[in-house]
Amino acid sequence: MPTMLEVRGLAHRYGSYAAVENLSFTVAEDELACIVGPSGCGKSTLLRCVAGLIKPTAGGVTLHGDPVDGVPADLAVVFQDYSRSLFPWLSVRGNVEFPLRTRVSNRTERRKRAEEALAWVGLEAAGSKYPWQLSGGMQQRVSIARALACKPALLLMDEPFASVDAQTRADLEDLLLRVRREHGSTVLLVTHDIDESVYLGDRVLVLSKSPASIVADLTVTLPAQRDQIATRGSARFVELRTEIARLLHDRPGAPPPPNAANSDALAAERFLAAEREEARQQSSH
Amino acid sequence: MSRLSGFTNRWLVFLTALVLWQLATAASDNVFFPTPWQIIHHGWSLWFTTADGGFGLSDSIFEDVLPSTARAVGGWAIAAAIGITLGAALGRSRTGMQYVEPLFAFFRALPSPALLPVFIGLIGIGSDMKLSLIAFSCIWPVLMNTVDGVRSVDSVKTDTARSFGTPRTQWVAMVVLPAALPKIFAGLRLSLSIAVILMVVSELVGESSGIGANLVDAKAAFDFLSMWAWIVLIGIIGYVLNLALLAVERRALRWQPTRAAVASAKQTTKAGG
Amino acid sequence: MRPFVRGLIGLGVLLLVWDGVVRLGLVAADNLPPPAEVGARLVDLLGQEEFLRDVVATVLAWLIAVAVAVAIAVPAGLILGTIPSVRTATRMLIEFLRPIPPVALIPLTMIVVGSGPDAKIFLAVYASIWPILFNIIYALDDIDPLLLDTARSFGHRRARVLATVALPHVAPFAFTGLRLSAAIALIVTVSTEYLAASELGVGAFIITVSNSPNSMDDVLAGALVIGVLGYLVNEVLERAGRRMFRWSDTTRAEALT
Repeated sequence: MPTMLEVRGLAHRYGSYAAVENLSFTVAEDELACIVGPSGCGKSTLLRCVAGLIKPTAGGVTLHGDPVDGVPADLAVVFQDYSRSLFPWLSVRGNVEFPLRTRVSNRTERRKRAEEALAWVGLEAAGSKYPWQLSGGMQQRVSIARALACKPALLLMDEPFASVDAQTRADLEDLLLRVRREHGSTVLLVTHDIDESVYLGDRVLVLSKSPASIVADLTVTLPAQRDQIATRGSARFVELRTEIARLLHDRPGAPPPPNAANSDALAAERFLAAEREEARQQSSH
Repeated sequence: MSRLSGFTNRWLVFLTALVLWQLATAASDNVFFPTPWQIIHHGWSLWFTTADGGFGLSDSIFEDVLPSTARAVGGWAIAAAIGITLGAALGRSRTGMQYVEPLFAFFRALPSPALLPVFIGLIGIGSDMKLSLIAFSCIWPVLMNTVDGVRSVDSVKTDTARSFGTPRTQWVAMVVLPAALPKIFAGLRLSLSIAVILMVVSELVGESSGIGANLVDAKAAFDFLSMWAWIVLIGIIGYVLNLALLAVERRALRWQPTRAAVASAKQTTKAGG
Repeated sequence: MRPFVRGLIGLGVLLLVWDGVVRLGLVAADNLPPPAEVGARLVDLLGQEEFLRDVVATVLAWLIAVAVAVAIAVPAGLILGTIPSVRTATRMLIEFLRPIPPVALIPLTMIVVGSGPDAKIFLAVYASIWPILFNIIYALDDIDPLLLDTARSFGHRRARVLATVALPHVAPFAFTGLRLSAAIALIVTVSTEYLAASELGVGAFIITVSNSPNSMDDVLAGALVIGVLGYLVNEVLERAGRRMFRWSDTTRAEALT
């Protein structure tokens, strides 16, 4: 299969603090690759570099052969925080049409594409509602529909299911698997949930603590058709899960410090602050 | 049901207050305080009686009330247009705003009625001066609130729009301005009440037409009935303008949920699975 | 560059433009004296006891007005915000009174209480009650029901819930209201002095000097004093509010008035 995304020697520093160090990997066309790593390890920084939202300090990203400089046209991102990512002043349909405005000039065609995308996620009836009238899971389905409506070459998902309850989360996972099968999308999904990465992914890339680097690149040898109960109970699933957990927790030479959770959160906080500062400076010039 | 009772409740108290006012003023029989009935009666003869004594809009409506109101609304509209445009531009640039922020805050703090002599000196007494004074006084709240609103755009929405490669015009029209709209409307409402104040103030010197001029003339002539009628009219104009702006605001901010609406929406989605 | 330096640059540019406009003869110097002249006049005035007495009279009236407005608006806001029946009952009255501009009441006030300090204080109180009152009412409306439920689940009584949950929630909003009120009170105080022909106060000073020819430097110097005063008060209150209510997100508060 041809390569859709290639990340080479990627590094990003905020001042003297390295968030991502010398990262390299590829994602093939039609593949769903999951990146799993401890919180605060620089996953989001990595994803934002791939999306072209921030410029990496070193290394490069190429999307179907073209180097990424700025946000590529055929890329879509689904953020974790759907309530902040959806525009509250636009109806559900308006939200899905938002990215289409630059891509589809014909109004009726745009409307049709939006309705279509909403149907993919089972929200054909909710088009004229406002986001706050929907439940959290439905709102995240709107963001997915919005991303899919652009027919992106690469769909980036940043912890997309981390803010919904467990049942909704399982439903959304299956929904993602279904739409990507139906539309042959290439997906790069970032998560901190080991089970989710194995359940969804064709491949799982395991990241180390910050500065993030790739510890392992595992191919998920599970049948393409996944099932919340059967797949999660299978011996292979448990094996993979255990392997990743071991990679994440007992990495030789990198014993977790006693206040690991705390320092991770702090690191995440610091990254975010640094990033905002950077974005602010960019936007003010 | 509760809506209806709320409605009657509101008007009931208002009418009771009116009746009490009537009774108190009638009992005291003070020339300074005519009864509301006398005021209404007088207002009717001032504005709704034609020169030949029949029913119709009087000359005063066309010579005083409408020109004054038009100046207030016009000056306010000019201020709104300039304030929102300038505010949206300055709000996008943090450093740009730092150059002018203290100055604008100073202008906002200036008591604009005190600037009347300056405006008369610069522009002369006339409609232009009044319009400029109203516009100048109304700009600052709109401008500062727009800057605030534009700055408060959520970082995730910024990222979302950027990740879709949203062009600048769409970004401003569909993300920045809607996000700033609640704040902009707050500024517009404040400005509207300032416009009504300056409408009156700008007419206090020089000319003899206009609402403010009539108010002063009535007081100078010890015509307390007319004075009261003009005061009530100013109150009504302020009330109606505010109501109209609220109606526009409610339409423009239709997408904003009230807390009660959010709670009930959550209930139904949960009940519906 | 620090924001303060940028602010100074902005001020400098304004003064230069002002000076240039006068020098180039775009406006007559009688109507708009150059900044240096106004500045010199201001320094001159600040040394005059009479002018200082005017400033003190304005500030004093303004302080009293704000204090009275707080004393009325805070209890009234708490009552209207917590007892719905009182609120619906008084709603029409309040909605009608609020938009009446205070300056329209000047003639009436002059008749009833004369043109002394009482008049400006009364009108400033009238004008500055509303922002505090409405901020408190809307803030009480806006309390997260979850917070109230939490407090109730600990078995707190109504009065205690009000004191432990509602008041802290309302405080920053009320403070924002106070800031707006302070600004409005100052404007109304000066406007009343100016329009009601008071004997003392910066507004009275402006109206007196504006009647004599070539006095625009006096007018501008007087306006400058008020502007700077208003600016400083706003700045101090804003900083104090930010310090006191660091835990709260009051960015929304202003949108309520």
